[in-house]
Formats: sequence, C-alpha cells, structure tokens
Amino acid sequence: MELFLSQVFSGLATGAIYAAVALAVVMIFLAIDHFNFAQGEMAMFSTFICWALLDAGVPYWLAFVLTIAFAFAFGVVIERVLFRPLHNAPVLSHIIAFLGLFFILNNGAGWIWDFTIKPMESPFPEGSFGGLMSYHQVGMVGVVLLMLALLFLFFRFTSVGLAMRAAAQNPDSARLCGIPVGWMIALGWGMASAIGAVGGILIAPVVFLEPNMMLGILLYGFAAAIVGGITNPAGAVAGGFMVGVMENLVGTYIPFVGSELKLTVALVVIVGVLMVKPSGLFGRTTVTRV
Amino acid sequence: MAALLQVNDLSAFYGPTKVLHGISFSLDEGGITTILGANGAGKTTTLRAICGMARTTGRITLDGEPIIGLATESVARRGVAHVPEGRGTFTRLSTEENLTLGTMGRRDRSGIAEDMERMFDYFPVLRERRNQQAGTLSGGEQQMLAIARALMLRPRLMLLDEPSFGLAPLIVREMFRILRRINEEERVSMLLVEQNAALALNLADTAYLLETGRVAMTGPAKEIVADEQVRRSYLGY
Repeated sequence: MELFLSQVFSGLATGAIYAAVALAVVMIFLAIDHFNFAQGEMAMFSTFICWALLDAGVPYWLAFVLTIAFAFAFGVVIERVLFRPLHNAPVLSHIIAFLGLFFILNNGAGWIWDFTIKPMESPFPEGSFGGLMSYHQVGMVGVVLLMLALLFLFFRFTSVGLAMRAAAQNPDSARLCGIPVGWMIALGWGMASAIGAVGGILIAPVVFLEPNMMLGILLYGFAAAIVGGITNPAGAVAGGFMVGVMENLVGTYIPFVGSELKLTVALVVIVGVLMVKPSGLFGRTTVTRV
Repeated sequence: MAALLQVNDLSAFYGPTKVLHGISFSLDEGGITTILGANGAGKTTTLRAICGMARTTGRITLDGEPIIGLATESVARRGVAHVPEGRGTFTRLSTEENLTLGTMGRRDRSGIAEDMERMFDYFPVLRERRNQQAGTLSGGEQQMLAIARALMLRPRLMLLDEPSFGLAPLIVREMFRILRRINEEERVSMLLVEQNAALALNLADTAYLLETGRVAMTGPAKEIVADEQVRRSYLGY
C-alpha cells in the first residue's frame, strides 16, 4: 500500500510536468493545427538559460522570472521568423521546420553548455511529506496548478484572452472584428514557450539538466495531449496527470515493463488512443465535409 | 452627399483566376447600396476585396483615404464592418462574447455596455440567448448576432453578404425591417449583396448590377426595379 501510494504521488508530480508540456503543445496546435516537435527542446534551452543565470549568481526566483520572460520572447521570435512565413505551407514543411528547430536547439545547447549532465538547484527545501512526496514534488504540482489557474483567468476574463480564443476558432471572422490574428498566434507561441520553460525548470532538478533531458518528457507530453484530447487544454492537463500516474504504476506492477520499457508505454498510449478514440477523452470530434 | 467609399478599376483574383474585371462604383454616406447579380458574378468577391480578403489591383478609398492593400483587421478598425457569407459565428463562444469581440478595436468601456443594450433592443432574442453557446442558435438568430456583432464596431460602413441566405421568409422580412431602422437610427451606410433582388431593391436607394465581374448597369433602385430586362432576369416577373 505504501509503495502504491508513493508511486501515485510521485506520478502526480511528474504528471504536473507532462501536463505543462501537453498544454504548451495543445496551445500551439489550436493556433496553427500542427504538433510542435521542438516544444521540449525549446523548454530545455530555456532551462539552460535559467541554469546559466543561477550559475552566475542570480537569486533563484529572479532567474526564474527572467527565464520565463526570455522563453516568452523566444517563442514569439520563433513564430515571427520561422513559422509565420510557413503559415500556408503543407504539413510536411511544418514537420521539417519543427525537426530543424529541434536539432538546432539540441545541438546548440550542447555546443554552448556541452553535453555533460548538470545538477539543477531546487527552490524548495530538502525533505518530504511523510516519505510520500518530496517538498520539491509538492512544489512542482503547486507551481503548475498556480500557472494553470492564472491561464484560466487570463483566457476567461481578459479581452486579449477572448481575442486569442476567437482567433484560434475562426481566424477570418476574428480579422473582420479587427483582431490582429497573426499577433495572437505569436502571443500563443510565446505563452506556450513560457509554459514549457516552467515545466523544464521544475523537472531539471529531478532528471538532471542535459540537452536530451526533454526527449522522454515531450513524448509523455504528447501522450497526455492525445489522451486528454488535442483540442482541449483542460483535457491535456488532466491527461498529463493521468499519464504520470499510469507510467509509474505500469513500471512498478507490470514486471516486464520495469524502467527500461517505460518510454514505450507513452508510445503504446498514443497509438492505442488514436486507434480507439482519436478525439481523446475530452476532445471535440472534428467533422469535415469532403 | 459625399462619397464614403470610392472604388475605381478594381480587379480581384483567386489564384491565377481573375474574378473582377476593373469595376468602379461609389457609395454615398448614409445610404444603402445593393449589388445584384447571378451566382458567380463577383458580388461576394467585391465585398472581400474591400476588406483585404482577396488579391486585388485598382483603387479603393474610404473617406478619401486609400484602403486597398491594408490587412483585413486594419480595414475593420477603420470602420468597415463585414457581415460575411455564412455569418462567421464564433460557435463555441457565448452570444455575449461574440458581441464583445466586435468591440476589440474600441476603448470606451461605458459606450460598449450601452451599445450591447441597444443591440439587445434591436434583437430581443439575443438578450434571451445571452449566455448560450452561439453555435446552438438558430440560423436566423446567428444572422442577427452577426449583424449585431458588426454594429458593435460602431462602423461607418457595413458590408452585408447575403443576409437572407437560408432563412424563412418571415424572418427575412423582420430582419430587413430592422436593417432599415439601423440605417436610419445609427447613420450607418450599407453595402448589401443579395440573391433576393426584389428584397434588396426595396431596401436600397442605389443599385449596381454585376455580370461576370463587370458592372452592367447602375442607377437608383427605383429605376432598376422598373427596368424591363432586370425584371425578367432577376425578379422573375
């Protein structure tokens, strides 16, 4: 029972990170209809910025805020420079651009900060709640939930949030209302990049910082987004927590999976959901007239 | 009356296909003008060209200022409200949110609340549906929502693309009655594209007849109604 509970709780903690990554993926998907394969590398790169700031002696929360600001600007610039010119291009062009970005960031980070793993500091004290959840894990869940709450308030109650929802839903109609749809998409990229950076900074103390750190996490993030329904941000978050817990339970209780086949679980989940219920648990079914 | 919108030698393209062949027309401030024509004559394209939603050449000026080549959102912010074909409803947002979206270019908070109330007075059914998801509204209600959303821009010029499309005759008559009231009370100029020529000519004061991307006839709506050939081809009697 003890084992079961501790697996569930630590699953919720990593699930929070999957939720953040899934949410970032969903936000970009809703805006431009494509999966951002470089989402994890963008988060990793931002995490390195945070590490470099900390290394230079900047206090933790200041470094955190500066990194989020960097990640936001970084996302906006990537959209403006790379994806804005591609907005009418076919899906394959997008995939190549995403992969290109992936490798540039991955190798760029390795080139600048080299590929050796680095310990990342945690803002939370050592120790745990009754041996079930470390303070860092509780902090991870707390920060992600706080961020989600802020995002919800932003989209629900501000006019920019409303304009962003409108631009994603019906771009033509949004333009006719005077909404600069292109900038709304760029804003979405900035926010997605910032959300991913929060996930990266929080998970780095657990998995150690290195250029390939986000690879597995992005895979779980994709799985979470697909389980929750790629068209539903709240669903993606729920999917993140579900996948986090499931990953741990499957790894613990199904003997042949262990820790070696854990990543495969993410792929099985992706394929399984797409075969049985492609719209996910909370997604919208899109019907297209042909 | 001064010309609010002046269109000179306007051509429009979809890909390599030329759809409008150098049309010219002008629109009076405060008036209602209608563009008539058969399917494919270029009526919708004319409206889209004004709003920067098609590739165009020629000259379009709003109040003397050129607006051709501007982004759609900039044209909207200059006071041109387009009620598009198919209504352009934000289906997953509430009726009220749809109306709020019409005010994105405005800063006057109190004016916005006032305008919202006025829209509910023009279209009482929207008040009832205020918090309902707009996609669940009936066709007629969505058309009214589209007109109200456009009015929330406080436009000087409203472009209406087939507002009667797919609606029951009774609702269409009601809507045209409201459009006339809006034109008189809000001092909004209107450019109306309609398949239902009889209805449009009844509402409008000026009419243009488009045939395969060219202006075939111009005149006061009363004269156009009386024209033998228009009557046979477009009014069917």
